Amino acid sequence: MVTVKIDGIEVQVQEDTPILKAAEKAGIWIPTMCHSELFEPYGVCRLCSVEVIRGKRTRIVTACNYPVREGLTIQTNSAKIQWIRKIIMELMLSRWPNVKVVSEMAAKLGVKESRFPSLERDEAEDACILCGRCVNVCREVVQAEILAFAHRGIKREVVLPFGDQSNKCIVCGACAHVCPTGHIKMVVEDYKGKKPEFTLGVKTPISVPTLQAVPRVPVIDTESCIYFETGGCQTCAKVCEPQAINYKMEDEIVEVEAGQVLLTTGYDLFDASKLAQYGYGRLDNVYSSLDFEAILNSTGPTGGKVVMKNGNEPRSVGILHCIGSRDVENHPYCSRVCCMYALKFAHLVHDRTDAAIYQFYIDMRAFGKGYEEFYSRLLDEGITMIRGKAAEVVERSHGINGDGSLLIRCEDTLIGKFREIPVDMVVLCNAIEPRHDIEAIRRIFSISKSPDGFFLERHPKLDPTSTMSDGIYIAGCAQGPKDIPDTVAQAGSAAARILSIIAKGEVDIDPIRAFIDEKYCAGCRMCNNLCPYSAIDFIDDKKISQINDVLCKGCGTCVAACPASAITGKGFSDAQIFAELEGLLAI
Amino acid sequence: MEFEPKIVAFLCNWCTYTGADLAGVSRLKSPANIRVIRTMCSGRVDPTFVMKAFDLGADGVLIGGCHPGDCHYAEGNYKTLRRAHMLKKIMRKYGIDEKRLRLEWISAAEGDKFQEVTTTFTETIRSLGPLDWRKRIGKGDRTEHTVAV
Repeated sequence: MVTVKIDGIEVQVQEDTPILKAAEKAGIWIPTMCHSELFEPYGVCRLCSVEVIRGKRTRIVTACNYPVREGLTIQTNSAKIQWIRKIIMELMLSRWPNVKVVSEMAAKLGVKESRFPSLERDEAEDACILCGRCVNVCREVVQAEILAFAHRGIKREVVLPFGDQSNKCIVCGACAHVCPTGHIKMVVEDYKGKKPEFTLGVKTPISVPTLQAVPRVPVIDTESCIYFETGGCQTCAKVCEPQAINYKMEDEIVEVEAGQVLLTTGYDLFDASKLAQYGYGRLDNVYSSLDFEAILNSTGPTGGKVVMKNGNEPRSVGILHCIGSRDVENHPYCSRVCCMYALKFAHLVHDRTDAAIYQFYIDMRAFGKGYEEFYSRLLDEGITMIRGKAAEVVERSHGINGDGSLLIRCEDTLIGKFREIPVDMVVLCNAIEPRHDIEAIRRIFSISKSPDGFFLERHPKLDPTSTMSDGIYIAGCAQGPKDIPDTVAQAGSAAARILSIIAKGEVDIDPIRAFIDEKYCAGCRMCNNLCPYSAIDFIDDKKISQINDVLCKGCGTCVAACPASAITGKGFSDAQIFAELEGLLAI
Repeated sequence: MEFEPKIVAFLCNWCTYTGADLAGVSRLKSPANIRVIRTMCSGRVDPTFVMKAFDLGADGVLIGGCHPGDCHYAEGNYKTLRRAHMLKKIMRKYGIDEKRLRLEWISAAEGDKFQEVTTTFTETIRSLGPLDWRKRIGKGDRTEHTVAV
């Protein structure tokens, strides 16, 4: 530790600490424009100039990068220093008169106007003041090294390689974040195939997935984290005191031995951009149901406020039912939950805004307990129900009267007329569809799919939770579209089925097995390789084959193949099948 | 009286039999000519069963199994496929039109396919006419399929 005297105040700091930091400890403010804690001192703005007195010698140095030594005396506010700062601010003011950070700093240092003319006067409010913060953050923190200074003197400027868009840029936004004038801007558009998951808001690479997450810890999105892109940044690790940041943590495959499996793999939302007529992904303020759910969420991107992209409250909202469902071109089935959540949307929009609400429906299916009552209540709230599937959503052309920037075209089948309804916001009720990877899952568990693509239950009425494979159960939207109460009921039933087998402690198996009659087995071994379960062993000393009762599943492939008819399949013996044949063909 | 073919269908328990059940539950009409024998797997269908069925007076035999890769017993249906090829060869030797045997993959979800297969197969057999194999063998008649391999 060394002792230094700053403006008459003595402070003890580590040797080699920059003066700027030591002054901070002493509670003395030194102006600076290029300095940031994020990277090494750059010393380019010269605004932090201070007087260092050592014995009889006095030197002007920059506080941000001058290391302190024992017995140093520092003057931060002498007449000479004040004069230097004013000159610097006058020079900056002359070149960038309208930049806010410059004029504010000038005012703070007592500079009202500049006496100097400037050859490179830039009137812009967001002009680049050449502080170099962007260059430094890109080089030292992000380690992408895209931005650099080019040219000298008054021609100096921050440029990209060859002055063009660089494909080495990882679009992290750090430069825009540190830019004091707003000269660097982030434009939200697809860049190198990157776009925010929802176009509603930008997520930081490190975040708590949901407020209700258990355990409630942040996770790093390796797709957008700078560290995983360039190996730089690691800011989170620097600021995390318990050092809990672990960049090496990866998804793990954990092998669990289980006797029974309950598949609740859920559903995918129908991609409404496939139906170009509704403009999803193309027109502003056209949302899918899940997007809108995020808008309504109090922890969502808009804080639960129903607002359009421009931040204004919509004057009217159109809710379009059956997007992709009850549609022979896409999914012929009804997704069941949409009618009711569409009513919920209407209720919440009615609650939070003064917008007029239109529902475009084919049939209202208020099928559950209390649902019809809710529907009646909504009608009383003054929701406009239009019976007819919306045909298309288009941008409003100018000159049509009425509120709304979008136009919904539809046929109102109750009055038998085509209608055009202007609205500000459109919410699509996307179909529930099977998970995209349902085929792979189905094969792993060797169960079937029904024609609609969801997992097939053992029996549609009598056994809707189990499958053709013993010990494999299904519940929820993996089996078919259903709402929360139905899912809970089905999952509960499946859990009870599983528990009953666990409680019993043993598993009943079908008695259908094959067995070999030793008398007739000639030991030809033809059956040995046929068995998919390798349940047939050849007994060397007896020169016959034998079936392992536990491994045999009773398919009967070996029974059909045995040339000596030495193998019998219980329940499906040759004699039984011949008898069946005779009976069937007797008439 | 119009000829009504007798068709024996060997259906595997997990796919085609369930598919047939689905066709029934869905009230899909399929011809009454189909007489079903359930086996646990189409791999259980011994070629002898098929020949026995023809011997006992069947005009056609349908074997229904799971789609390739979907077999409940991993690969039983592949064995069936091999046996069906062999059976057709034998049928040609005995002078039976190989169209009288049909192998189809029908999953538990394909009730409509079951209806379609049974309907078209019945029509095929109807157009082929009665087999009366036992009588023909007795007379040494092998005319239905003239190319005796």
